[in-house]
Amino acid sequence: MKDISKSPWVIHYDGSSCNGCDMEVLASLTPVYDIERFGVINTGDPMHADIFLVTGGVNKLNRKVIKQIYDQMPSPKVVVAIGACACTGGVFKECYNILGGTDTVIPVDVYVPGCAARPQSIIDGIVKAKEVLKEKCLTEQRKGGSNE
Amino acid sequence: MVVRIICALLFIFAAPVLGGLISGIERKLSARMQRRVGPPVTQAYKDVKKLFGKTPQIVNRAQQFMVISYMFFMMITGALFFGGADLLLVFFTLTTAAIFLVVAASVTHSPYSSMGVNREMIQMMSYEPMVLLTAVGLYLACGSFNVSNMISTDLMPIVKLPGVFVGFIFILTIKLRKSPFDISTSHHAHQEIVKGITTEMSGPMLGIIEIAEWYEKVFLLGVTGLFFVTSNPLSYIAAAAVVLLTIVLEVLIDNTSARLTWKQMLTSSWIMTLVCGGINIVVLEILK
Repeated sequence: MKDISKSPWVIHYDGSSCNGCDMEVLASLTPVYDIERFGVINTGDPMHADIFLVTGGVNKLNRKVIKQIYDQMPSPKVVVAIGACACTGGVFKECYNILGGTDTVIPVDVYVPGCAARPQSIIDGIVKAKEVLKEKCLTEQRKGGSNE
Repeated sequence: MVVRIICALLFIFAAPVLGGLISGIERKLSARMQRRVGPPVTQAYKDVKKLFGKTPQIVNRAQQFMVISYMFFMMITGALFFGGADLLLVFFTLTTAAIFLVVAASVTHSPYSSMGVNREMIQMMSYEPMVLLTAVGLYLACGSFNVSNMISTDLMPIVKLPGVFVGFIFILTIKLRKSPFDISTSHHAHQEIVKGITTEMSGPMLGIIEIAEWYEKVFLLGVTGLFFVTSNPLSYIAAAAVVLLTIVLEVLIDNTSARLTWKQMLTSSWIMTLVCGGINIVVLEILK
């Protein structure tokens, strides 16, 4: 069970981002940054994923989508908000259709700042997320143990 | 008989270990081909261990039974093969396992899963003729359908069956879900149908699928090696070398080719079956 953090599979969702952070998320998967060396796979399927990478702010339309992807992921799961928009709403915060950052819909565990977030900081965020995943896993185990 | 049972049992217990290792090596090799560092060789084990630690999400209860049956029949396939049973029986069991996977994916009613099922069935249609021709070819070359007799000949079956071997390697790419033919589900992200047949499978269920794929991998590489095995023990080294080469070749194909459409897959695999497998068998029959 402790090894759960050694195979973090990610799913990437682009909220209403300008695509800057999405480029950087994909860049971190390329040979230059090679995030797969941590066992990361970009799954594209919420049911396979452990880490949810959200870029861009939340608006009225994508609120439900983010919620649904989050609900479909089997626990333990971790959410990483990437970029200024996903963290707080960024420059779009005051827009009529923007609700704010990812944490207005689902609980966020790791915030990666930047506009756009650098691949280095995204990798750093995912490594942090691995630690959170491990912690969540241990808490679940303890809970399961006390229930029995 | 005792040796055969031991071999079968050895497959059941050792194949997941070996299959996981091969998967890890494939990923590492693939990464090195792209000049990346890549995940550790043991990554495949870590992935499966994690999958069994996840909360089970069952979309349909029938699916669980189907997925377990898929793995069970895959185990039986390999056990029969390494136990030296009839090759036709082995290939029919393999098809049964594949059918269970198809049913497991179709009971969920997910559109992506259903699309994956359709594609998986087209894949089966593409590789099945060559699988049967392999059995026929090996029978013609060795004079028996029993694997135990095939491995005790004096001449390597490859000498008589170069065409069948090439055809088998071609469909191996489909069976191992490598790039030009990974149309029903892919090991890589960004497939147009999410994850195809495994879309609705998560946690422990996906773990079982992975283990079944390891069994399948070891079995298929075993069939590849069968073309090189004779009564001479040294031939096993040759077979192992060829299996290793095949793995490298498959990873190379995976990395250098883009996904084809189902029509291209079907026509190319049937052409390969007819040209390589068919002509080889006709020539063998004439020379007999």
